[in-house]
Amino acid sequence: MSQKLRYAYYPGCSGQGTSKEYEQSTRAVCEALGMELVDIPDWSCCGSSPAHTVDHRLSSALSGRNLALAERLEGVSAILTPCPSCLTNLKVSAHKMKDPEFAAEVNALLDFPVRNTLPVKSILQAIYEDVGPDALRPKAVRLLTGLKLAPYYGCIMNRPPHIMEFDDHENPIAMDQLMEAIGAEAVTFPLKVECCGASFGVARRDIVQKLSGKLLDTAASNGADAVVTACPLCQMNLDLRQDQINVANNTSHNMPVFYYTQLIGLALGMTPSQVGLEKLEVSPMALLESLPARAEAQAQAAKKPASKGAQS
Amino acid sequence: MKIGVFVCHCGSNIAGTVDVVQVAEAAKSMPEVAFAKDTMYACSEPGQQGIIDAIKEMGLDGAVVASCTPRMHGSTFMRTVARAGLNPYMFEMANIREHVSWIGKDKVANTRKAIDLVRMAVAKLAQNKPLYSQSFSINKRVMIIGGGVAGIQAALDCADGGLQVVLVEKTTTIGGKMAKLDKTFPTVDCSSCILGPRMVDVAQHPNITLHASAEVDEVFGYVGNYQVEVRKKATYVNWKTCTGCGACMEKCPSKKSKDPFNELIGTTTAINIPFPQAIPKRASIDRDSCIKFKTGKCGICAKVCPTKAIDYDQQDEMITEEVGAIIAATGFDLMDWHVYGQYGAGRYPDVITSLQYERMLSASGPTGGHIKRPSDKKEPKTIVFIQCVGSRDKSVGRPYCTGFCCMYTAKQAILTKDHIPDSESYVFYMDIRAPGKMYDEFTRRAMEEYGAKYIRGRVSMVYPQDGKMIVRGVDTLAGAQVEVEADLVVLAVGAEGAAGSAQLAEKLRISYDSYGFFMEGHPKLKPVETNTAGVYLAGCAQGPKDIPSSVAQGSAAAAKVLSLFSKDQLQSDPQVSKVDLKRCVGCMKCAITCPFGAIKETEVRGEIKAQVIETICQGCGICTSTCRQGAIQLQNFTDNQILAEVNALLSSETEEA
Ligand SMILES: Cc1cc2nc3c(=O)[nH]c(=O)nc-3n(C[C@H](O)[C@H](O)[C@H](O)COP(=O)(O)OP(=O)(O)OC[C@H]3O[C@@H](n4cnc5c(N)ncnc54)[C@H](O)[C@@H]3O)c2cc1C
Ligand code: SF4
Ligand code: SF4
Repeated sequence: MSQKLRYAYYPGCSGQGTSKEYEQSTRAVCEALGMELVDIPDWSCCGSSPAHTVDHRLSSALSGRNLALAERLEGVSAILTPCPSCLTNLKVSAHKMKDPEFAAEVNALLDFPVRNTLPVKSILQAIYEDVGPDALRPKAVRLLTGLKLAPYYGCIMNRPPHIMEFDDHENPIAMDQLMEAIGAEAVTFPLKVECCGASFGVARRDIVQKLSGKLLDTAASNGADAVVTACPLCQMNLDLRQDQINVANNTSHNMPVFYYTQLIGLALGMTPSQVGLEKLEVSPMALLESLPARAEAQAQAAKKPASKGAQS
Repeated sequence: MKIGVFVCHCGSNIAGTVDVVQVAEAAKSMPEVAFAKDTMYACSEPGQQGIIDAIKEMGLDGAVVASCTPRMHGSTFMRTVARAGLNPYMFEMANIREHVSWIGKDKVANTRKAIDLVRMAVAKLAQNKPLYSQSFSINKRVMIIGGGVAGIQAALDCADGGLQVVLVEKTTTIGGKMAKLDKTFPTVDCSSCILGPRMVDVAQHPNITLHASAEVDEVFGYVGNYQVEVRKKATYVNWKTCTGCGACMEKCPSKKSKDPFNELIGTTTAINIPFPQAIPKRASIDRDSCIKFKTGKCGICAKVCPTKAIDYDQQDEMITEEVGAIIAATGFDLMDWHVYGQYGAGRYPDVITSLQYERMLSASGPTGGHIKRPSDKKEPKTIVFIQCVGSRDKSVGRPYCTGFCCMYTAKQAILTKDHIPDSESYVFYMDIRAPGKMYDEFTRRAMEEYGAKYIRGRVSMVYPQDGKMIVRGVDTLAGAQVEVEADLVVLAVGAEGAAGSAQLAEKLRISYDSYGFFMEGHPKLKPVETNTAGVYLAGCAQGPKDIPSSVAQGSAAAAKVLSLFSKDQLQSDPQVSKVDLKRCVGCMKCAITCPFGAIKETEVRGEIKAQVIETICQGCGICTSTCRQGAIQLQNFTDNQILAEVNALLSSETEEA
């Protein structure tokens, strides 16, 4: 890492409200890892799902405005955003604007044109590729040994693959490896890229209860203590609606749902409040407090067969 | 010169979009043309007779037929011209079907182009000279590459017909995929019971020489006289003394070696005979897992072998086989299904291939014929079969139907019920493709008598949960998503050309498609020939097909070779290069560029000259474009003939301008 890591940063709207703790932990972790985030000045909403369901040009223009503003920043190597939904909109509009005709239509709506020169990446991709698990490992001052996580990427982080261009779209591993680098264990979680029900929570709550319920069931049956996510909407469905899900499905999950940035932050030595743990609906405190004891037990278990071997 | 021009209607194939009468009319005013006429079907009996009559009556010196591609009927019309008493090379063909009528709808433009093509053909024919073939003798031995059921059939038919046969098999035993199958559809008879005796016949036939653990390295020569260099790969066991007793296998301590014969679901010893009925029944050492090769220690097999056959220093051996014809029967391999991330891409032990399942069903397989799922060796009760994995799926670059998977899946569902009566089988399919005698009836039996539950739709995801494999798919008939909790998932993986088939095709100078299947000479009329004389195809090497069709094609290829060899002499193609000694300055540039080594140096009255070895020359023409003197010319495609065509084309343009 000889070069200084400097990026244009697009926080996204949910980071200002429902996923404040994601935003907060993202900034803290990036700073600690030497990744400078330069906020895109005067950034605006990407239009989220409503814009592109109505008008692709409008959607691309909303994202395009942010792209164009970011391109004006000095010395940044990429545009980063924590939110997969914002990421999709930014990437899709950059992708579509490779077509000069479409680009001209969009640029006509903007104050200044998109040059389409900067790559757009998720914070996850930047941490995974520009820092990497190997460089993260020695920085972890408090290993999360004993913590069993179901790594849940959500359905849009890696798909469609030819636009997202990151990790495997059926079996992504970036978050798994980062979590393992900070001592946690990523359990087998076959539903890594399944849908949680997304914004159906508003219109058809039963769908979210079914889909997110399945995610929690599968995480639990594979031995996970908690879920770790990279998406504000996924996190909200699994965490905020966990009670609703339990009632609807007659289950009794009590499973914390972390953002991966919160866990990296903890491993880097930050306090729970620095990474916004108090914002989580299902409190992870008891689980986190139990970790040292678990780590101890694990270490004992690992020693046993070895000492046996030494005796004989 | 008196030239006749015959313009074919080809029914409405040509006449529909080309004014053939006008083309014939225009031909009449071309130089040297003494006769021109349109004809309904030039290739039909009356059509050919019309050409013969015209040649005889008008005393024509040559004929131009404007019709289809010469690949279709070039040789037909050459024979017609010959029957009329002319040299067959006093003939030209103008392709006004594939190059004109089938590709353009504008009749005026088409007609103009057809006239141009005829004009070029006439100009060339005016320069043609009679050419004469030479006779050469045939080496009546045949090589068959690939010892699957197709190659075995071809070998036995050729050998029974009295030919000397050389069978080259890549692995250490013949049998191919069929040797791995448990039972075969639609009769559900035991595969090794019907194949085994054939394999023994191959071993015992006095006319068959079998090279197993061998591959073709290089191919030289031409029809009737091929020299094939065969690499006999080291097995580290002297097969002349090995008796196949198997004492080495019993004692070999490296018992966890990969077992490709069992499709990697079991393990074997580093020294092994792949299966009890192997032909030849000889041991060979897998270097990668042999302790002796890895660490230098062990050597147990050498100690226990009663005939001292083990030879750790054995090297590959090169031999040259001289044959007159070659049959390529290299079969197929399953495509690499790991591109299917949604089925786990190989991460889940209980998602297996159809061929692995065959080995599980087989009484001589690694599980002794008991169906056990790989993860915990338990007997599965719910089995899901997914068809079309790597077939009919453009998203993984496999748009074609493998053709036999529907049938073998039905077979496997039936056998599953036989093995585990309280089991349930689910089959996800796209369509059932079961054309063939008793085939559709067979798939119905799987459903109606054996209760296999057929679900029409694709599977979107397979994942493990609580010891089960959850198979999620769509039932397109019910219009609903379905999930099946399976104990075992069997993928009907599609076929592609055998590994290395592209390289082999290059050596044989035959065409192949992007899936590794060899191209036949004509999709309908030459299904076993290739575009290289003397090279034939049999079995799945040409395209996926089941055992009956593979056997039929094996016999067909054998019949082709027998008919080729029924003559004692073949006629060479006179369209080879020829050196004009007066012009040749002996620079020998042509010899350097010739890819076939067909040009040698000679001395004529003290001067160095190039000389073409006619039997080796393939008529590619590379040398003619190399020679600065224009001294080496390809017969029937000389510079003068080609320039005459170009000039004819340009003169028509200047006329129009
Ligand atoms: C799971 C499964 C079940 C099936 N069940 C049935 C069934 O019940 N009934 C039925 O009719 N069909 C069935 N089939 C189809 C059947 O396997 C084929 O029709 C048959 O094997 C084709 O024979 P082949 O000789 O053309 O090819 P193969 O069997 O593939 O044999 C080719 C041989 O050539 C050798 N070879 C390859 N490359 C080279 C090389 N470069 N040099 C030398 N040798 C080479 C190979 O080692 C092999 O021995 C099934 C197929 C599968 C996958
Ligand atoms: S190598 Fe020796 S021991 Fe092994 S099968 Fe052959 S003869 Fe028997
Ligand atoms: S045409 Fe010329 S280059 Fe080609 S094979 Fe014959 S001699 Fe060689």
